[in-house]
Amino acid sequence: MSEYNFNNSDKDGYVLEIKDLEVIYETDLETVHAVNNVSFSVRAGETFGLVGETGAGKTTTALSILRLLPDRTGKVTKGEIFFNGENLLELSDEVMRKEINGERVSMIFQDPMTSLNPIMNVGEQIYEALKYHNPEKKTKEELEKRVEETLELVGIPKKRKNEYPHQFSGGMKQRVIIAIALACKPELLIADEPTTALDVTIQAQVLAMMSELNEKLGTATILITHDLGVVANMCDDAAVMYAGELVELGTVEDIFESEDHHPYTVGLFGSIPNLDEERERLQPIEGLMPDPTALPFGCHFQDRCPYCFDRCINEHPQLLKLSDTHSIRCHLFSDKALEVNHD
Amino acid sequence: MTEATHKDTPLVEVIDLSKYFSIGRKSELHAVDKVSFAIDKGKTLGIVGESGCGKSTLGRTILRLLEPTSGQILFEGEDITKYSKTRMRQLRRTMQIIFQDPYASLNPRKTVADIISQPLIVNNIFDSKDKLAERVAELMEIVGLATRLSDAYPHELDGGRRQRIGVARALALRPKFIVCDEPVSALDVSIQAQILNLLMDLQDDMGLTYMFITHDLSVVKHISDEICVMYLGQIVEKSSSRDLFKNPLHPYTQMLLSAILAPNLSRRKTKKGIVHGEVTSPIDPTPGCRFAPRCDYRMEICTKADPEFREVEPNHYVACYKVEQDLGLDSYISGNQNETGI
Repeated sequence: MSEYNFNNSDKDGYVLEIKDLEVIYETDLETVHAVNNVSFSVRAGETFGLVGETGAGKTTTALSILRLLPDRTGKVTKGEIFFNGENLLELSDEVMRKEINGERVSMIFQDPMTSLNPIMNVGEQIYEALKYHNPEKKTKEELEKRVEETLELVGIPKKRKNEYPHQFSGGMKQRVIIAIALACKPELLIADEPTTALDVTIQAQVLAMMSELNEKLGTATILITHDLGVVANMCDDAAVMYAGELVELGTVEDIFESEDHHPYTVGLFGSIPNLDEERERLQPIEGLMPDPTALPFGCHFQDRCPYCFDRCINEHPQLLKLSDTHSIRCHLFSDKALEVNHD
Repeated sequence: MTEATHKDTPLVEVIDLSKYFSIGRKSELHAVDKVSFAIDKGKTLGIVGESGCGKSTLGRTILRLLEPTSGQILFEGEDITKYSKTRMRQLRRTMQIIFQDPYASLNPRKTVADIISQPLIVNNIFDSKDKLAERVAELMEIVGLATRLSDAYPHELDGGRRQRIGVARALALRPKFIVCDEPVSALDVSIQAQILNLLMDLQDDMGLTYMFITHDLSVVKHISDEICVMYLGQIVEKSSSRDLFKNPLHPYTQMLLSAILAPNLSRRKTKKGIVHGEVTSPIDPTPGCRFAPRCDYRMEICTKADPEFREVEPNHYVACYKVEQDLGLDSYISGNQNETGI
């Protein structure tokens, strides 16, 4: 279905298009419905924010793009992931490993403390990525030069390339990880909570560097975060994820400045203390996310929604298009919708 | 001391409190360095700072979970630093702590009811099991835990419910003072808001006094009456919550505030004041302002002697030479050097 090309009708501008993705984790005891009918697209040079709380399915979505779901339990049961027109789900493991992951699509993981190898110096770790993805058969000297360039790109002096991860602080380690991810000049970068483990001032440094690099290199980025502040400052488009589904999708203007929102999005905003206004109490979302092994039939948010009515229990809501860019999965907006995206 | 303006005795007062850890043979890590403040009854003092600034050490030292190196801790006007173990143990009924990580701070082999009743048993509060069970049920209700969960184990519960157990346990002995050490940073935002509301309701109902330690500036603003900003073991600025955010004076506070990413588009793509460099080492610090190496306004004097922590505006305390200069106050070199004007 093409309804999801919400920003422009020209398909060619998209680096990544995910359509109706469904992912489960299956054991002999239970089946976890981690991602349900997720569709979105990312244009070249764009930063796309994927927002949601723990267990919403953000990381699972990212891992299915890289085909890194756990071997025996994780399965993509439906959907397509087009990367520059090619369906990643149909490629062989070998092609994924040699030609896609780390070369054309790369990922930054959340925890900079554990994602580096403690017994290899950082230069070697960047070199490793370059050596395995070297279609142009560059010489060792050329690759070494690229290691130094990459380090300087992320603001680390090249003379530190022989140092080990423990000699770097948290923010510097995250820079090294970003350097590894960018070494092969990927077309798509997936950053999974890249600054969650960092202090605010260091977060500001790393994010400023990431947006600078995004401008310089034009890499499309998926930024996974639970922090609406990060989305507001970094992203062009964003989607709010809840219980494995996108509940709201739009440009940042739609998400932050529009009048219409999914009740869950409203709840997320109500939960954050606001710095600009005095508020006596926060308005949290009561209750918890539904059990992903037994999702309710109707709307996944029904138990926590203050506006829940009969239809929400009996009928699963579709993503309703409110404008060219803004979609909400909620029955409350069925009168306002331009068209329904059947899924 | 600096807190002479208060009419009543504050519930907790800390005077020149220091906690040094010795490292190796001669080195010392100055985790908390000559910190002074007071918390009035029923109020919340927020302690904010980045990792490694000593805020958790401060919280633990005040409860004497760590022994202070020097300084005084006054609880209801009495210095508790010299209290014996037995006396301290009695006093601890009135001062409790809620820990950051609801996953690590609960014994995985005990049920919810066991965990909450532990402090009551240790302190021999009740002579009958029925009364104990009654109190535990009451506590669970206060913090919003369904009584059907009393036989559940922590691993069966989500982070928010676990943190409610931590709150119930802290409340069990009817304390007056609770140190909240990052109680919501491990939780999702929607759950975080539930716990913050709970803590604020409990404060209203029971007249509790909090020392709220966090790195999250929007949370600290929301919950605190007064805020101390810590940097490398020292308090660099202290004022009312509103004043601090409206009129931050210390360069570190200013940079900290400008690093906040607000969840709206108003400051999008604007150049933000970025703090350069990283926190320097708290091991054997040299004299002078600890923030000087990262400060844009650094002057010669800043690396020579510690700036004095002084009241520069009503109830607004700052330790910074630049602020003194801007406000036209006399500077002086404090510490062990002669008090000469500059």
